Amino acid sequence: MQTSRRTLLLSASASAATAAGLLPHPGRAQDGQRRGGVLTIHMNGEQRILNPALRASTGVYVITSKIIESLVDLGPDGRILPVLATGWEAAPDGRSFAFHLRQGVTWHDGKPFTAADVQYNAMELWKKHLNYGTQLQQDLLAVETPDPHTAVFRYARPMPADLLLRALCDLGYIVPRHLFEGTNVLDNPANTAPIGTGPFRFVQYERGQHVIAERNPTYWREGFPLLDRIVWRFISDRAAASAALETGQIQLSSYNAISLSDLDRLKTDPRFTVTTKGSEANAFNNTLEFNHRRKELADVRVRRAIAHAVNVPFFIENFLYGLGKPAGGPIPSTSAFHPGGGQPYPYDRRKAEALLDEAGYRRGAGGVRFTLRLVPIMNGEDVPLFATFVQQSLGQVGIRVELVNLDIAGALTRVYRDWDFDLATGWHQYRGDPAVSTTVWYRSGSPKGAPWTNQWGWQSDRVDQLTDQAATELDPLKRRALYAEWTKAINEELPIWMVTEREFQSVGSKRLVNAFTGPRWASGDVHDTGLAPA
Amino acid sequence: MRILALALRRLAASLPTLLIILAGLFLLLQLAPGDTVDALAAQMGGGDPAMMARLREFYGLDLSVPAQLARYMGRLVRLDLGFSAIYGKPVAAVILERLPVTLLLMGSSLSLAFAGGMALGVLAARRVNRWPDTLISTLGLVFYATPSFWFGLMGIVLFAVNLGWLPAGGFEEVGAGHTGLRRAVDIAWHLVLPTVTLTLIFLAIYLRIMRASMLEVMTQDFVRTARAKGLGETAVVVRHALRNALLPMVTLIGLQAGTMLGGSVVVESVFALPGLGRLAYESVVQRDLNTLLGIVFVSALLVILVNFVVDLIYARLDPRILAGR
Repeated sequence: MQTSRRTLLLSASASAATAAGLLPHPGRAQDGQRRGGVLTIHMNGEQRILNPALRASTGVYVITSKIIESLVDLGPDGRILPVLATGWEAAPDGRSFAFHLRQGVTWHDGKPFTAADVQYNAMELWKKHLNYGTQLQQDLLAVETPDPHTAVFRYARPMPADLLLRALCDLGYIVPRHLFEGTNVLDNPANTAPIGTGPFRFVQYERGQHVIAERNPTYWREGFPLLDRIVWRFISDRAAASAALETGQIQLSSYNAISLSDLDRLKTDPRFTVTTKGSEANAFNNTLEFNHRRKELADVRVRRAIAHAVNVPFFIENFLYGLGKPAGGPIPSTSAFHPGGGQPYPYDRRKAEALLDEAGYRRGAGGVRFTLRLVPIMNGEDVPLFATFVQQSLGQVGIRVELVNLDIAGALTRVYRDWDFDLATGWHQYRGDPAVSTTVWYRSGSPKGAPWTNQWGWQSDRVDQLTDQAATELDPLKRRALYAEWTKAINEELPIWMVTEREFQSVGSKRLVNAFTGPRWASGDVHDTGLAPA
Repeated sequence: MRILALALRRLAASLPTLLIILAGLFLLLQLAPGDTVDALAAQMGGGDPAMMARLREFYGLDLSVPAQLARYMGRLVRLDLGFSAIYGKPVAAVILERLPVTLLLMGSSLSLAFAGGMALGVLAARRVNRWPDTLISTLGLVFYATPSFWFGLMGIVLFAVNLGWLPAGGFEEVGAGHTGLRRAVDIAWHLVLPTVTLTLIFLAIYLRIMRASMLEVMTQDFVRTARAKGLGETAVVVRHALRNALLPMVTLIGLQAGTMLGGSVVVESVFALPGLGRLAYESVVQRDLNTLLGIVFVSALLVILVNFVVDLIYARLDPRILAGR
């Protein structure tokens, strides 16, 4: 007992020393820190391309962030950490933004990294191809390179510094210009054999089996990385993945890639850490989308009644193993933009019935008021569960729900391209700033067919106006106030319903040293993570 | 020479069928809502319409359906299976990577099931309606009725997690760099659990067929003749009855070749094996038309081949079959 407390104190003081920057060489591996080892990470699905400058998704980051680096990364408490950019400053009018780039960095193929690479990525990849990037950089006019280590971004409209920096943690990955320029970027061989500046070099990609990367001996953070190799293994069956964890074949699985029941079981296993740490940068919600072209759903009383009819805490407790809480609006409570406040329409069946009566939809034959079709968009294991839960909950207040089961490509087409649904349910993922991932769900004017945007047949001038204002407001405090107003307007109208608020779960072996350290660790470069011997 | 001519004739006769299957499948898949770009957007968690339009153009999905079909058929004539949307390389290369794994897994489990089914079937037939027969038949039924994913997972829990005797999944030790015999042993080690899991499913069918077939053959005149001329029971069973009872088994192998080449999605997923079954499943979910059609094409060719070989085996087992041709 005493020993363990002492160890605890020692490690606490060590981390305090690191945090305070007291260690003599912050860039060097600490003495006694374990080097070597092969970390094997679980992937539950194959990624089509391994290029984070073309595809923004956690699946792509989990692999490529170890090989390719971004301009900046997200540190604890939301601080922005320098990576390929060492410093930055915004012009007072917010229309230009200068990045000072790290010197002496080379690509894995030996060529130097310069501002020309940044210019090419921003203009040709982020602005033209990268999902979420196209929208973030739509007002980017040019990237100027006054010298090889400075890149100045010029915008047509003011760009809030906090928005840009936070977004670039995910949308600021740089791939080598000399490999992509003048080619069809979608078809480039470097998309599946990535070359970057990161701590690990790509070795091999065996389709359907694994990706391997090994230590980059010329990495710019001297003495890092600690691991010799990283192997990502593709295991699509969730139960098989947790067996692989237990036999030690894999040491890490992030972003809810194994089932909630296994996470719950492994929580009490002394060999593993089950945590929401290391992925706090991404939160997600179970959603319920309404098609406002149905006259019943165009009535806000009906939408509120539906929210009142579903017992969200019960669902979380019994279907999600208690992992989550009812959402207070589109912005999760873990975000700095969260205005406070709880579930706007808590479970109250009597109120739901009263609202439906008031709206003029009385119970008819068999106690049924009207019938709705619900399309589950299967991007998470709990989506079909929630769909069934909604079906039964609404059945109790007299709304008959028919489930329309399709696979994910089919469901997306049905909802977003054909608008052929009454209700839909799936996940919304919050990516650090409402302007990156969330306002598109509410802002009007999104072209038909764009998935996960406002295709609900609902429009509000006020919400549109607040969205645009907040996206160009330079003062961080005023931006927060605008999003508080925006949230209020949305909760009032409830155009779609963010039902739960959840964080991603990771499970890792206790052998991992210095793991789950930052909010983007699972999508980060893991240069200072080690692996204790088995 | 005669065999070669026969083979060519068979192939020529199968070509129209093959084309109809491919065109039919192509059109059938057009009925599935969503295309590969939708599936990609789903995987990425978002995508704006301009980017999606660019991707559709990249994948050739902006053309009309007849134009796409004509383009596919045009390429097929030149034996070009096209480009896989999921894997970003030629379909032929993707399938070729997976084919050995599938053939190895399915080949070994089918042989094991065939051998085991034959032995148990003969045993059951010789002790018909006594306890060995009842035991074997019941066990066979239990194996057949149990879902393979359950067998697989229980096998993993018992032999990999609890006992630690066998690996939990994968085709080989990743990055171990084994070569030659070492590698072969390593792969065999990894394939023990999946092979046994699949074998148990097939075993029941072979066992039942063999038992019934043996029972029928044992009542035939030539068996009585063999006995009458003083042969021992073992010689009667092995030399006379077995050979004749094998015909339905061979038929069954020919029929199951199709299933076999389609791979087993369930077993491949549970054991994380890179086989054709998982590839086909992924292709459907991700709407990767080229890959799916490629798999169908290759499987169809192999089925034609296997059935041809089965015909040759018939002739060898029972010379009357060739004489009648």
